[in-house]
This record gives sequence, structure tokens and C-alpha cells, in this order.
Amino acid sequence: MSSAREDILGRVRAALADVEPDREPVVAPRLAVRPAEEVVDLFAERVEDYRAIVERCTPEQLAGRVAAAVPPGASVVVPAGLSVDVAGAAVDDGTLTSADLDALDVVVTDARVGVAETGTIVLDHTAGMGRRALTLVPDRHVCIVRTEQVVADVPDALVLLDPARPLTWISGPSATSDIELDRVEGVHGPRTLHVILVG
Amino acid sequence: MSGTFVGMPAFPEAARAALGDTQLRHNLAHATGVIRAKRSRLVTEVEESMPESGGWEALRLAGAGVKDRALRDLETQLVLLEERLTAAGATVHWARDAAEANAIVVAVAQRHQATEVVKVKSMVTQEIGLNEALEAEGIDAWETDLAEIIVQLGDDLPSHILVPAIHRNRAEIREIFLREMGKVGKPAPEGLTDEPAVLAGAAREHLREKFLRAKVAVSGANFAIAETGTLVVVESEGNGRMCLTLPEVLVSVVGIEKVVPTWAELDPLLRLLPRSSTGERMNPYTSTWSGVTPGDGPQEVHVVLLDNGRTRALADDVGRQALRCIRCSACLNVCPVYERTGGHAYGSVYPGPIGAILNPLLKGTGDPQTDSLPYASSLCGACFEACPVRIDIPEVLVHLRSKVVDGHRDDTVPKAEAVAFKGAAYALGDSRRLAWAERASGLAGRVMTRFGRTSLPGGRAAAGRVPGPGVGKWTSARDLPAPPAESFRAWWKRTDGGRR
Amino acid sequence: MRVALMVTCVNDAMFPETGKAVVTLLRRLGVDVEFPTAQTCCAQPMVNTGYLDEAVPVVRTFVDAFAGYDAIVTPSGSCAGSARHQHGIVARRSGDAALERAVAETSPRTYELTEFLVDVLGVTDVGAYFPHRVTYHPTCHSLRMLGVGDRPRQLLEQVRGLRLTELPAAEECCGFGGTFAVKNADTSIAMGADKARHVRDTGAEVLVAGDNSCLMHIGGVLSRQRSGVRVMHLAEILAATEDAAVTA
Repeated sequence: MSSAREDILGRVRAALADVEPDREPVVAPRLAVRPAEEVVDLFAERVEDYRAIVERCTPEQLAGRVAAAVPPGASVVVPAGLSVDVAGAAVDDGTLTSADLDALDVVVTDARVGVAETGTIVLDHTAGMGRRALTLVPDRHVCIVRTEQVVADVPDALVLLDPARPLTWISGPSATSDIELDRVEGVHGPRTLHVILVG
Repeated sequence: MSGTFVGMPAFPEAARAALGDTQLRHNLAHATGVIRAKRSRLVTEVEESMPESGGWEALRLAGAGVKDRALRDLETQLVLLEERLTAAGATVHWARDAAEANAIVVAVAQRHQATEVVKVKSMVTQEIGLNEALEAEGIDAWETDLAEIIVQLGDDLPSHILVPAIHRNRAEIREIFLREMGKVGKPAPEGLTDEPAVLAGAAREHLREKFLRAKVAVSGANFAIAETGTLVVVESEGNGRMCLTLPEVLVSVVGIEKVVPTWAELDPLLRLLPRSSTGERMNPYTSTWSGVTPGDGPQEVHVVLLDNGRTRALADDVGRQALRCIRCSACLNVCPVYERTGGHAYGSVYPGPIGAILNPLLKGTGDPQTDSLPYASSLCGACFEACPVRIDIPEVLVHLRSKVVDGHRDDTVPKAEAVAFKGAAYALGDSRRLAWAERASGLAGRVMTRFGRTSLPGGRAAAGRVPGPGVGKWTSARDLPAPPAESFRAWWKRTDGGRR
Repeated sequence: MRVALMVTCVNDAMFPETGKAVVTLLRRLGVDVEFPTAQTCCAQPMVNTGYLDEAVPVVRTFVDAFAGYDAIVTPSGSCAGSARHQHGIVARRSGDAALERAVAETSPRTYELTEFLVDVLGVTDVGAYFPHRVTYHPTCHSLRMLGVGDRPRQLLEQVRGLRLTELPAAEECCGFGGTFAVKNADTSIAMGADKARHVRDTGAEVLVAGDNSCLMHIGGVLSRQRSGVRVMHLAEILAATEDAAVTA
């Protein structure tokens, strides 16, 4: 008996017997080009559209802003390699269980790319961002994005990202439209997304 | 546990029941109206943001182009996908049909002594009836998407691709949660209101314990990148991230049509899908992963590549385009038939216009329920206009109707309709025969005019209820104009085109 | 320019006044329109129900009847759409290369009435007079299959005395859909009832459209509801003048 693999590939071959494949990748049309500062402004505006908290600051102000973004008394976790020091934060060394993470209130991370058109932040879970569970289980995510990381649109982000890494694209806090197609924020992921845009 | 669609009646009968449910029609009209407005605002925004490069239509063409390119070169792409997935640490399985795919998932769960799995919303696992197959082996399958929980807890059937509980309103959902959550885990909190945010909060609490303890998760994939062995899951709530990240073992069931050739070609699809489905610029969460990442997420990753009729659809040179579908459900939201009949009438996990073509393409024609689906459309074309990957659904519907008709050409007793169309083809094949038929109808018109009332185009008499096949269905709620005493061609001949 | 009227089988048998209106209108605009008497039907009823073999002789009759004309004008978006987009499919299925060549000649020369007036003749003011409150339903095939766009509106806006009121949810299908109206009668009627409600909400005296088949359906519902709204084909309004007024 032939294997499922051989059978399926054989059926595919038969179905496409007289079809000529096209080996040239498709390039999608691009947005009209905007000046860099407009792109950053748009990013801030679009992230805010999703009812995320967005604030802007200078590199000198960053540590203070991060500290202020953590509610008083909240327990905080950060990935090893975060670009700022967060006083009192636990550093994830990979041994925290899901239940441990569930007991923490806030996570602070860096980001890899910001996408202006869609108001999206992408994490590639390298040093400043930590493993995926870290930014998923705690209820508040404070995310530091540098203005030079912000690109105009999705295709600009794709060229900067390494698909061999796990990637998480985040556009606002966890949300659902499953009840009467009304969007409400806050289901399983962090219910609060706080973006600090630096530069 | 949610039911299955087996044994559903043909579309017209199922639709009649749905049309009589005023609550359902109200829920559907409201929900589809909300989503249509959102989508249309974003399409306008894209038009305005890329005036030089062709706007939304150019993006649609690119999306269709990417999917076509993958489909027309599918063997190469699948072999490459398998190679790259394996290199990234995933185990690749192939399944010819639903039973094979289900057996693979069951075997993985059993190897880990799992008595439950958590699931990311996935059309393909509904298509193959995975939950029922797991249940038969004593394994609970917990749906984790809010709408899926509503369907699963309510022992209901999904009625929409994106929002399977679109037929339910908030009050109904509150009742289901209060009644059912406690039977399978953490009960709904006392004092639960019907505020959507409160209901979503109840689902969060209910599912969190399941996410934290689950060993095995099951997902589908929106896209599978051949070049890099990357799977992509697009979602909103974070339940997907929970399933894809926390358990030790992940099994993803992926239809072979989900393949995208290169990483860069994700671009048009990621821009088209959220705008077309939830009417957002981007969905809250998109996860991409390639096999196993040491120290991060599941350390055992399986991918099941599924045929289950896809190669049958691929072999149909008109129907093939349906495999471009990215399951956005924009066609459902704009369909006037779907809006009035709801998803259950289609008798499948794939309802609406795309379901009306996808089901016959995957299963083949010949069964009365499946054969009724290509006719469940007025061919208005709103679906084609909304489709982000330009599937010409009306064209495929008409093509499938011809397959249904051709399937009956050797019937020993032809259907009345077939006889009627043979007769019509005879009459319309020659203008003299047509003129004769028109004289006969003119005589009928004189009779009807005498008894008719009211006025129609031309301000003339029309008949009320008239018995008989066809005409009886017409006049059950519509008056029928009486045929005129003189046809146009008779008038032209008599007056020399009005010159006499 | 030799111009043929393709009256359509529905208009020929059921709505001859529409055909006469097109003749009146085109002659007023200086077009000596001919009526090839060998014509029957565009074959759309067969094609859309799945009877492609049965459509072959009908398409053959069509191309024979209209061979040699520079323009084939029809007061139906649906039938024009059939000639432009479906005849090729039928011809290919027939395997008859001569039929395929003939279709390639007739298909691109087939115009829906408003396309012919605006694009070929280049007129929007056809000198019509119709002193009534009117609402316009863009039929699906003229809107989406042909893409006639705002041509009908451009023409209606130039009609003296006519007040055009906006139809809510105008672009939603009325539910006619050919044999859909009978095969899925309940759904068709539900759609027609919603369309009729929107029409009544406008307060218009007359509902106008470019396809009598859709009007027969919506008009049938309006009539059964004793709404007092009448339906008229666009051609009949455009043909009306102060000298030869049409009563609403």
C-alpha cells in the first residue's frame, strides 16, 4: 500500500498535469511614502486606536517612565537582557512555571519592530523580550519601542524579521468581537498594553 | 459537546426554518451590519493610503497571485514545506482524509497519556470532526475561542467561519455560561451580566486553569510558509497564544492549500485578512513559529498535512480558485442569503457563499444536500466583490450547477426541470417557435387580465395567487403580471417597428 | 453605425412597452435602431441553472441574429452581462470553434442601454420629462457584472421634473436571481420584502431599475402589499417627454 504522502502528492501531480507553475514571487503594492516623523506619529496614533496606553519620552526619561508604568505594589517580571533596569523586578531565568507567571502582575519588555500603518508591535523573543509565555500570562504588558524601530507597513517589517525565530505580532490588548461583533478588550492575553515610545 | 451536520436537509428546507426565526434574523442582521461597516471603512482607508499603487484592488490581485502561485506549484511547495519543517524540529504527517488525520492526533495525545487537549479555533479540525474523534477515545477537547466555547457549551453548531456563535445574542450567551460552565470546570461567577466585557471575563477565568494544566494543544494554521517551514496563526483573544506556547506538545492540522511559497509573500495576505475578517487593520495577535525553539514553547511539534478533498478541488480548473480562500468570512457578511438564513442552513462548517462552493468541491456533487448548495445564491455577486483573494464565487456556483445538472443527464426519469429546460432550449433555438409560444401566452394574459387586479411595470393587470409548480411558488407572496396581449415582436411586425 | 435592439425574451413576451420605449428613445437621439427578428434569448436562464448543453443552440441563435451589427443594445443589465461574460463559457463547452469566433465578435459589442447612451452616444440629457418622485434600484448584474456605475443616475438627474430620492441599502440584491426566485422561494421573498420596505420608506411614487425581471419580483411584492408604488423600467422614463407623457 502506498503511503499517504505519495498518494497525496500523486493526486496533486495529476490535478495539475497541464498547469504551468509560476516561480516568480509576487510583490504586493506599497503605501505612499511618508516622512519618517509622520510614520512614528502614525504608529503612536494607531496603537492608541486599539485602546492601548501610549506615551512618548526621551531616552533619559525612559527609566522613570517604566517605573511609573508599574502600579504601586505590583509584582514585576522582566526578561534577562532588558534595555533598562526595573527596580524590584524578578528576572526570568527560564525556570518560572506557567503558574508562577500567572501570579505576576506586570511584564516589561523591549520590542523588535513597530508597524505604523497597522499599529503593531512585533516581538522576536530574543534577549530583551524573553520567551513567549513571559509576555502572555501576566495581565499587564509594558513594552518599550524605539522610534528607529518603527517602519511604515507590514512588508517593511517582514524584511527585518527572522522567520526562524518565534514571532508575536501584537496590535493592542487581547480582544474579542465574538459577542454581536462588538469589540471588547481583555480576554486571555494581557488586558492592558502600555507602550512607551522612546526617541 | 457540539453536534455535527450529518443528515441535514437540503438548503431550501433548512432555510425555511431559519427564515421563521425572527430572533436569529435580528441577531444576524445586526452582526453582519456592524462588520460590513467596519470593513468598508478600512477598504476606503487603504484606497486613500496608496493612491499611486492601485489601492485595495491591487492588494487583492497580489493576494490572489500569491495563493495561485502556491496552488499551481503545489507539489514543489509541499515537499519544500515538509523539508523545512523537519529541519526545524517538527514531525510531519500526511493524511489523505479526516479519519487518518484524526487517528494521528489521537495517537499523539495517547502517547502522552493526555486525557484532555486545548484547542485553538480551527476550521479544519471542525471539518474533520476531531473533537468527536478525541471524545470517542476518552480525550476531552476544550475549545478556547470565545465563540467556540459558546457553541461547545451550548451543544450547538457553528454558523459562521469567523464568529461561530454569530447567531447568539448576549442574553443567550449569558444563559449558556450560567447553565453550563460549572459542569465542565470553573463555574461562571455569580451576578454574571450580559455585558460583552463581563462575559469575556468569565471565559478568561473559566479557561485559565485549563491553559495552565494542559499538556497537549491542537491548532490549525492560517498560513504555512514553504521556504522557511513557518506556521502562522492569526487570532484576537490570546487563547491561540496560550495553546501555542504553554503546553509541552503541539499538533497543528494544516490543509495542503494553506501553503504560501515565501516569507515575503505573507505580506499581502497579512494586510488583507484582518481587514476583511474582523474589520481591523490588524488582529490583536499573530503568532509565527518554525518547528521547535529550545527553551521557548512546546518542545514536541507535529504538523499534519491534510488532503480530505482538496486535491479533488484542485483538479477542477474552474473550482480550483476556491482553494485560495483564507477563511476571512467577508463573503458571508455581505451575502443577502446568508444574512437571512444563517449558517446552519448550509449544513456544513463552511457556510455562506464560500461554503456553497467549497463543500461540493471538496466532497463532489451527487448528494441531494450538497447539490442544493450551488443553488443557494441569487448570483448577486456581492461575495466576489468582497473577497480579498478575488474568488469569483458566482462563476464557480454556475459551474457547479452545471456539474449537478450533468450528474443527472443519464437519469431514467428526468426531473421536471430538465424537461422544461429542454423545451425552453427548443423554443428559444428558433424565433418562429418562440413567436408561437408568445401567442399562446398572450391568450393566457387576456384571461388573467380579466381577473387580475393592481398594476405592475406598464401599469397593467397582475394575477394574485395562482396554483401550479413554479408559478405557485412565485405567487405565494408576489403578484404576477399578466402576459400582454401582443408581444414586442408581434408589435414590430404589425407596425413595421412603429412606423405604421 | 448599424445598431440592433436586443429586446430580451422577458421583455418580448412580458414587457413589450420597454422595447417600444427603447425604440422611441433611440430614434429621438438619431439612431435608426433595427430589430433582428431571428433573436430569441441570451441563454442566461439555462446557464445560470446549470443547463449548459441546452444553452448552446440558444447562443448560436443569438450570434446568428446579431452578426454584422456594430452595436447590440439591450434594456437589461443582466442579459448584457450574460452576452458579455457567459457566451464565451458556453461556446468553449460546445467545442465549436466557429461559435467561439462568432461569440468573440458579438460579446464586446453588446451594451446595456445606459452604457450605450453615455459611452457610445455620449449623452446624459436625453430630453426626457417625468414629473414624479422616483427612487432607483441598481440591479446586481448591471452594478457588479457590468459595472455600469453611476450612468443610470447621470441620466436620471437630467430628466426634467424628476425628483430622485435615495434608496436605503440600494446595492443589496432584491432576491430575484432567476430560478432562485422559485427554487429558493422563501429566501427570495424574504429578500424581496426587505427591498420593498426600503422602497416604501423613500416615499417615492415610482421604483425605477434597468432590469424588468428584478422589477417583476419587487413589483410583485409591492403589488401584493398594495403599497401604491409602481415599478418602471428606466427606458420608459427616458422615453417620456412633455409631448408624449407617460402616466405614473
